Amino acid sequence: MSRLQFKTRLFTLIVVLTNVLGNTALTVGMKKMGALDSSPLSYMRAIMSPWVLLGITLLILWMFSRMTLLSWADLSYVLPVTSIGYILQAVIGKYFFAEQISPWRWSGTLLIVAGIVLVGLTSPRTTKENA
Amino acid sequence: MIRWILVGVIVGSTATADVLQTIEMKRHGEVSDFRPGKLGRMFAKLLPRPFLILTVIFMALSFFAFMKLLTVADLSFAVPATAASFVLETLLARLLLKESVDMRRWAGAALVACGVALLAV
Repeated sequence: MSRLQFKTRLFTLIVVLTNVLGNTALTVGMKKMGALDSSPLSYMRAIMSPWVLLGITLLILWMFSRMTLLSWADLSYVLPVTSIGYILQAVIGKYFFAEQISPWRWSGTLLIVAGIVLVGLTSPRTTKENA
Repeated sequence: MIRWILVGVIVGSTATADVLQTIEMKRHGEVSDFRPGKLGRMFAKLLPRPFLILTVIFMALSFFAFMKLLTVADLSFAVPATAASFVLETLLARLLLKESVDMRRWAGAALVACGVALLAV
């Protein structure tokens, strides 16, 4: 495996994991909070809870690792390979949060991934250089 | 019902943020120097631009609505439902950013739309 392949795979893994685990931690935190009333104060309290903070930290890491990956990899590569996250997220919903996932929801999730992969097959630039 | 309203807020604010961000980054021109120090200086210079300030505000709005959505809906609903932003963004890219969206991209956006529609079943 070349150096480029290695760092691309490593960062793809980091991007997918920080996104999926960030959403998962955020969900744990918000479920613990129970109902949110609409006051800004209740949002502030939610943000300060440990699980939500962990979620936000992971999602910030997700943003930076994705920006780093995009600095050498094509968006049209990054978009489809990271869309595996939608499937992982559904698996986590089912086994970790014991959510009931109907066949309709599975097909919906798979169609979304199919749509993203299809768009990933097109050229990443259709506008003129420095337009 | 409340969950679809929240999905609407998330999708609307994400799409607005992404369009504003794209306009400002295209106005800046292609980034060719990826050294961390240079990137940091570039972001520091770009951040005060009005469109990027608005971008941050809309992203925050989208994030708060996502937090709220997680309290009223399953994670396996919330994550794919917000993918509807792909569809709105494809439309806005064509109409506002004048990108030429070919058949495969429309087909991709249509597949995503069908996928989100299935979540309503």
